[in-house]
Amino acid sequence: MSQGTGNSSTVVDITQLSLAFQTGDGPVHALSDIDLKIRSGEFVTLIGPSGCGKTTLLRVIADLETHSAGEIKVNGVAPEEARLQRSYGYVFQSPALYPWRTVEQNVSLPLEIMGRPKAERRELARHYLELVNLTGFDRKYPWQLSGGMQQRVSIARALSLEAELLLMDEPFGALDEITRDHLNEQLLRLWEKTSKTIVFVTHSIPEAVFLSTRIVVMSPRPGRVIDVIDCNLPTNRVLEVRESPEFLEIAHRVREGLRSGHSYDDD
Amino acid sequence: MTRVRHGKIGGNAGPVTVVSLALILVWYLGAVYLNSAQLIDRYQKNDVDWTLSQLALDSWSMERAVLPAPHQVAAELKKSMIDTKVTSKRSLVFHAWVTLSSTLLGFLFGTVLGITLAIGIVTVRTLDQSLMPWIIASQTVPILAIAPMIIVVLGSIGITGLVPKSMISTYLCFFPITVGMVKGLRSPDPILLDLMKTYNGGHSQVLLKLRFPAAIPYLFASLKVGIALSVVGAIVAELPTGAQGGLGARLLVGSYYGQVNMIWAALITASALSALLVSLIGVIQRLAVWRIRGMQPMGVR
Repeated sequence: MSQGTGNSSTVVDITQLSLAFQTGDGPVHALSDIDLKIRSGEFVTLIGPSGCGKTTLLRVIADLETHSAGEIKVNGVAPEEARLQRSYGYVFQSPALYPWRTVEQNVSLPLEIMGRPKAERRELARHYLELVNLTGFDRKYPWQLSGGMQQRVSIARALSLEAELLLMDEPFGALDEITRDHLNEQLLRLWEKTSKTIVFVTHSIPEAVFLSTRIVVMSPRPGRVIDVIDCNLPTNRVLEVRESPEFLEIAHRVREGLRSGHSYDDD
Repeated sequence: MTRVRHGKIGGNAGPVTVVSLALILVWYLGAVYLNSAQLIDRYQKNDVDWTLSQLALDSWSMERAVLPAPHQVAAELKKSMIDTKVTSKRSLVFHAWVTLSSTLLGFLFGTVLGITLAIGIVTVRTLDQSLMPWIIASQTVPILAIAPMIIVVLGSIGITGLVPKSMISTYLCFFPITVGMVKGLRSPDPILLDLMKTYNGGHSQVLLKLRFPAAIPYLFASLKVGIALSVVGAIVAELPTGAQGGLGARLLVGSYYGQVNMIWAALITASALSALLVSLIGVIQRLAVWRIRGMQPMGVR
């Protein structure tokens, strides 16, 4: 995916990026002066309270929103071009599965749109369903699966595009904590196995610390970056790492960052 | 197909029977009430002593009743449907067939027109703004006023027979189909549209793979309304043209000659035809939803 321009290992390059929505009461500054570089193979988490613009930032990277100032490059090109090249997979807050399609048909939807032949679609869909531990569910319909399974289907669908970049917008936000913990572990194994670059949005501190190599702490009104925390927990970590002193120390720093961003806010 | 229908009717059989019996009872009582004035007049003229039971029996067997009793209408139905050859001009089956063919042709045109308009409205912004007011205005024109004109105008350019008649059905039934289909095509969640955008899916792919399947339940709901309106349209189209065949012609003949039984028989045939067509769409809907969604327990109504 190297584009020849700039540093080939930088997947997302954001400089002085701002975004203002025009509303009836005047402009709302959703993002202000964001600087962020995401390198290939990183697992970067955007964390912050609701309204801090973390989802908006992810949508700017995906070209689902357009920034109003500054510069952003995805794979060395503008986000729109990156989107047209299908250079990322996107996982939404809700599974967003098509109810009239089976699990396999849902996973192969992007491949269908890319015009891949049927045999290849089937093979890829099966492969990625296996990767999210859903072998044997290919002929089921979404309503026959639990919420956690549905979200895994949506992850398999995002993977089936075979892009190097995976954008995830609070994918486990609507799930119960037990399912969420389990899926966090699975996602970590998946990331280690596939060596994708993942940008992950969450408002859960344990989730962020457990998953990430780097945590970007954001604060609202206007949405900006408060702190960037490196997170070097051992690879192959399991949920128990959450009780380790390193984990607690990083979690503490994230919490401090979130608090300082909130201090002048009256809510 | 029959199995599905049986399942559906089996559950409703009890309540439907009770309501039907109640309606028939009301009908008999109504016949006595509405016909009594005429009968009492006659009794007094002929100096007959009459009792209430005599009055009831007489009011249920009048030749030219204001409201004929159900069994009289049933007898007329049997006479004109079973005892008369289907090929005869006196057969209600023949007239029902004439109306049905015009209904179905008009419904077909209306469905194609309705879906085409809806796709245009959803995909082209200017069509949304320019077409919708006209489509709504078209339905405010009284159909009885415009029906003869459509038939005369089409007749003058050499189009006669089934097509002008079915145009009235089309005129009535395209509207609910357009409105329902526009709503259906716009029903997908914004998140699903965003998803298509991340795949760099083109307009036609969004329409084909997302908007159209999402619109299917809405389409069937409007098809049910549309086909019932098509029957009405076909009958209305037969009224001003002096048509020789069709349930509308039958209604007209009945009222010319004061054949009240004939009018009622034609009315009942028309509503039975509508009910049959609507439930037929219901069966097709069940089969279609079953095919495209698996056996979803909630069903799509």
